[in-house]
Amino acid sequence: MTREEHARKYPEVWKRFTPRETLVRYAWFIGIIFVAAWSLKRLEIPWFYFLDAHEQAADLVTRMVPPYWEFFADITGPLIETIHIATLGTAITVFVALPIAFISARNTTPNAATWLIGRFILVTSRSVNTVVWGLIFVAIFGPGPMAGIWSIAARSIGFVGKLIAESIEEIDRGTTEAIEATGASRLQVLLIGVIPQVLPVIYGTIVYRWDINIRESTVLGFVGAGGIGIMLYSSINQFAWHEVSVMLIAVFGIVLISELVSATVRKRIT
Amino acid sequence: MLSITDLVKVYPSGEQALGGVNLQIDQPQVVAVIGSSGAGKSTLIRCINRLVEPTSGRVTLNETDVTALSRRALRRARRRMGMIFQEYNLVERLTVMENVLSGRLGYVSFWQAYRRKYPPQDISRAFELLKRVGLDGYHNTRADALSGGQRQRVGIARALMQQPDLLLVDEPTASLDPKTARQIMRLLCELAHEQGTPAVVNIHDVNLAQGFADRIVGLAGGVIAFDGAADELTPAVLSDIYGEEDWSKTIQNPVADRSGGKDRGTLERESAAG
Amino acid sequence: MSAGVWRPPKLIVNPWARYGLLFLVVVYLVCSLTPGLLPMVSLNIDWTRAGQGLPRAADMFARMFPPDFSRWELLYKGVRESVQMALAASVFGMLLSIPLGLIAARNLVPLPVYLVGRALLGISRTFHEVIIAIFFVKIFGFGPLAGVLTLVVASMSFIGKMLAEDIENMPPGQLEAIKATGASFPKMLLYAVQPQMLPRYLGVSIYRLDANIRHSTVVGIVGAGGVGQVLAASFSRYDYDFSLAILLTIVALVFVGEFFSNWVREKLR
Repeated sequence: MTREEHARKYPEVWKRFTPRETLVRYAWFIGIIFVAAWSLKRLEIPWFYFLDAHEQAADLVTRMVPPYWEFFADITGPLIETIHIATLGTAITVFVALPIAFISARNTTPNAATWLIGRFILVTSRSVNTVVWGLIFVAIFGPGPMAGIWSIAARSIGFVGKLIAESIEEIDRGTTEAIEATGASRLQVLLIGVIPQVLPVIYGTIVYRWDINIRESTVLGFVGAGGIGIMLYSSINQFAWHEVSVMLIAVFGIVLISELVSATVRKRIT
Repeated sequence: MLSITDLVKVYPSGEQALGGVNLQIDQPQVVAVIGSSGAGKSTLIRCINRLVEPTSGRVTLNETDVTALSRRALRRARRRMGMIFQEYNLVERLTVMENVLSGRLGYVSFWQAYRRKYPPQDISRAFELLKRVGLDGYHNTRADALSGGQRQRVGIARALMQQPDLLLVDEPTASLDPKTARQIMRLLCELAHEQGTPAVVNIHDVNLAQGFADRIVGLAGGVIAFDGAADELTPAVLSDIYGEEDWSKTIQNPVADRSGGKDRGTLERESAAG
Repeated sequence: MSAGVWRPPKLIVNPWARYGLLFLVVVYLVCSLTPGLLPMVSLNIDWTRAGQGLPRAADMFARMFPPDFSRWELLYKGVRESVQMALAASVFGMLLSIPLGLIAARNLVPLPVYLVGRALLGISRTFHEVIIAIFFVKIFGFGPLAGVLTLVVASMSFIGKMLAEDIENMPPGQLEAIKATGASFPKMLLYAVQPQMLPRYLGVSIYRLDANIRHSTVVGIVGAGGVGQVLAASFSRYDYDFSLAILLTIVALVFVGEFFSNWVREKLR
């Protein structure tokens, strides 16, 4: 069969996309590039800063090395405080997030109004960053770990509550129906039918959030809410970079350890 | 054509998969490799195109020593070896046509591949192959929307798209139901003969091997325990390959079953349905 | 267990371990919350000051209401800057996450490259955005540039980690099949990895856009631009009614961002 005969029999042209699809694809590309360009332009970023950025960075590194190891003794207290803030904040979360999760799940909420309230609390809690919560609680409790603990709790309630509410909505209807059929009260249904089913999720979520909170509590000090962040902030402002490097190593250490602990615990629970 | 000499593969775990395999294929024929799981069938064909790096020995395809090639030359050699897999291994989110055309990846530039701009003769050949394997009109269907049998047909078309000097086929029917398995095996053997391409087919099913292959090689414990024509297979030979068992019921009457290869008409109808 | 008595099974079977754990929790609470009980370990909480918290909070809330939107121009500028930071950071983070994700996938690259990729991911994920932001502020000065770079680093490592994990979970057969056609490494990425990864990658990227909007409010607090900087300033000046206006705007912004990201991800599915 010659080439021509062959072509007559089978098409030689095949396009992955129709012209319309191609157009839409290119429109997306151009749109994204446009958005990025617009954002950068309106931000009026002084690009000349980039010219000596590598020198600045190199300078920073040389100032940070060698770390001032003796400083480690001074930061042990703040490090422990950091862990306390995360742990106690998470502990408060447990008690507050559970009831909110129950009223935020469609299948356990008493009525539409409570559901709306629950959802509103969850959204507000999650929208405001831990550090922003820190600003608010420092204004309330004054600087110190107390503000930090409440900031951690305020942010975690939304996170933990949302995940637990979602898992409550996914539980097996049959079990709760069977318990309702025995004539049990709403609270009994909750205790016997719902909680046992979501217990692993509750534990898992809380441990997971604790590990995130360790990370978060390292920076709460920047707004005065306790922990290692206070010293880190002041060392950075005093350009004491050899102290900063010690603290960064310490932060790296505790975050890594907490991640390990949390992963191990979660593996054993579920 | 293909010549394998003293091929040995020892995995890093210390497990010896192949213990000195010698195999010659001098004419375009379908060679079925049978043997129990772990006998080294998969390792053998993956050593031929070096998806698994052999420990020692030589593989020569049309005077090219595949085992001595550099990475770049190996890619060049792989273009000439079509491979078909048990799990089809199509890229699921791509269309049938893209999957078939991926057989030409070795021949087009990166930019051409990215824009899906293949030469016209590749496109028309792909359409021809799709018709031949019974998937006329499926070219814009996504691969994950196909049935198992259909996927394997795409897999066959992809391998043939390479215009290979050798087909390497790894358990083409193990994930298919018995009827589809027979159809696929028949299609495969017909196409290999039509294109004059030798094929090495790993296969579990002794019946299918006997029914469709020209030659059977039995692997046991990483060495060749049998090499001969399909009708030379006897219960004693199967005992050598697989171990003691009553094999008399497994051996087919070769004359009765060979007719399976002849009914082209039914194939076309079946493949359209499958 | 004696007959006729049934108790629900406990999470921790061993009673010693169970009550021991409870005891430890109590000890922990007492030790950590009593100031000066143990040096270093006990929290330095000023309980009298904390006791004033409730009236102070009441006072603060009184001053917050009604929220003051009169300086909406300042607020709008901050919000716009935050959104622009988030958008720019998402696009660049998306681009940079691709090489990072590829070198951190064990089934694509040799071990040394993989370790480098994983180390980069690990370091950038360990440090909180605010710590990274403060470094960029030191290098590039106050302003949105530091904020954008912080969010780029955070997005890059977040998307990159997802990408690497997805690639590692790919069925190996598809890679093998494309390799067997004689395709080079870039073409294998193009034909086997890209089509399989694209939907998830876009989904995670859109999620990250939404997360970036949330995080863009916080990097401002250390001076890296955006609405966070306006918020921090209002707090330091005790302009609580303006602070509430800003907070409400942030909540609305995050809500819209989340809605948008859910909508897009639904469409991608």
